[in-house]
Amino acid sequence: MALSPADVLAGIKEIVEEVAGIPAASIELGKNFTEDLEVDSLSMVEVVVACEERFGVKIPDEKVTELATVGDAVNFIVNAAA
Amino acid sequence: MTKVISTKTGTESQILAVGSYRPKRVVPNSEIVDRIDSSDEWIQQRTGIETRRFAGSDETVLDMATWAAEAALKNAKLSISDIDTIIVATITFPFQAPSAATAILQRLGHPKAAAFDVNAACAGFSYGVAMAHDFIKSGTSKHVLVIGAEKISDFTDPNDRATAFIFADGAGAVVIGPSRDAGIGPVEWGSDADSRDAILMNPSWVDIRDNETQLTKAGGKWPNISQEGQKVFRWAVFSMSKAALKALESAGLTVNDLDAFIPHQANIRIIETMAKEMDMPDSVIIADDIRTNGNTSAASIPLAMDALLDKHPELHGKLALLIGYGAGLVYAGQVVRLPEKP
Repeated sequence: MALSPADVLAGIKEIVEEVAGIPAASIELGKNFTEDLEVDSLSMVEVVVACEERFGVKIPDEKVTELATVGDAVNFIVNAAA
Repeated sequence: MTKVISTKTGTESQILAVGSYRPKRVVPNSEIVDRIDSSDEWIQQRTGIETRRFAGSDETVLDMATWAAEAALKNAKLSISDIDTIIVATITFPFQAPSAATAILQRLGHPKAAAFDVNAACAGFSYGVAMAHDFIKSGTSKHVLVIGAEKISDFTDPNDRATAFIFADGAGAVVIGPSRDAGIGPVEWGSDADSRDAILMNPSWVDIRDNETQLTKAGGKWPNISQEGQKVFRWAVFSMSKAALKALESAGLTVNDLDAFIPHQANIRIIETMAKEMDMPDSVIIADDIRTNGNTSAASIPLAMDALLDKHPELHGKLALLIGYGAGLVYAGQVVRLPEKP
């Protein structure tokens, strides 16, 4: 199923807000999960698993470290779902 | 005609008593942080650990295991001569052979019972409980002593940023005996052996003796524990909550029937996220011994059980869900009725 980048971004915003308590409004494509949003490594795992469930994609452990920014995650999920 | 083999049948089983030993020395995060360039706040936020205990030279893994066993026997009002089987879960007994189990029997003055060690890391105690139940149910054993004992400080590199603040020392024991009603539910166990590198002790003794490897060059004079935190967190939270729910289901129960949840004390974030994934109601008391005693591997469940019963005496005789998980990766979980008040 094809996903639009805008839908994926909206979904990630909701997930990050729920997992890490970060207001959705401050979550943008260019924001770095660790440095800008202060999502720690364990919360990142929760975000990843929630994304897998929501978007029906697989995000392997070794890929998680490559997802530095919100934009990286959106791109990965859109491509994985294509 | 060939004669048939006659077999035995046993009874249901229950945990008759629990006992534990905690090392004397309490180690706050402030004592750990300089070597790993970390902070008290960081450790508490990632793991929930405020303090842990490290055993001294007068508190060997055998000493701690023996003291925990003595406490459990006393609470069960039994003597070591009543025990016909002893199972010791440990990955830090520093001898290849013979087993820690035989050494403990000798110390306790009853060198006769069936005795062996279990290498199932942080799941070892739940593996032991499962076997004890099956031995009693099949008529093989009547009273089984199951001990989880670890001195992981002996096998941890204090400069390792991924492990130095997590692991700790201690021992816990239970006496399991016959019961009219089921006091131990069916075990839900298994492994995810493709991820056996996620937690391991390296290098091997043979490499230390014979080969110059990255690890031996780096000063690894003995095996020490390493862990891929994110990978283990993901497996622990999302696969183990499913395994724990299966253990409940095979006992014919749901989370609403539980009084306590005593998972392996690996990390408070794992424990809390597991509870959330399982929709654990607020009425269930969740063990959080990790906060003051760190991750003691195979010892963590009986230590947490003993602490929980001290803090909440109303839980004696009530239903608890146990789940152990760790290096292998291996896991085992079961519902148990907590021991009656001694």
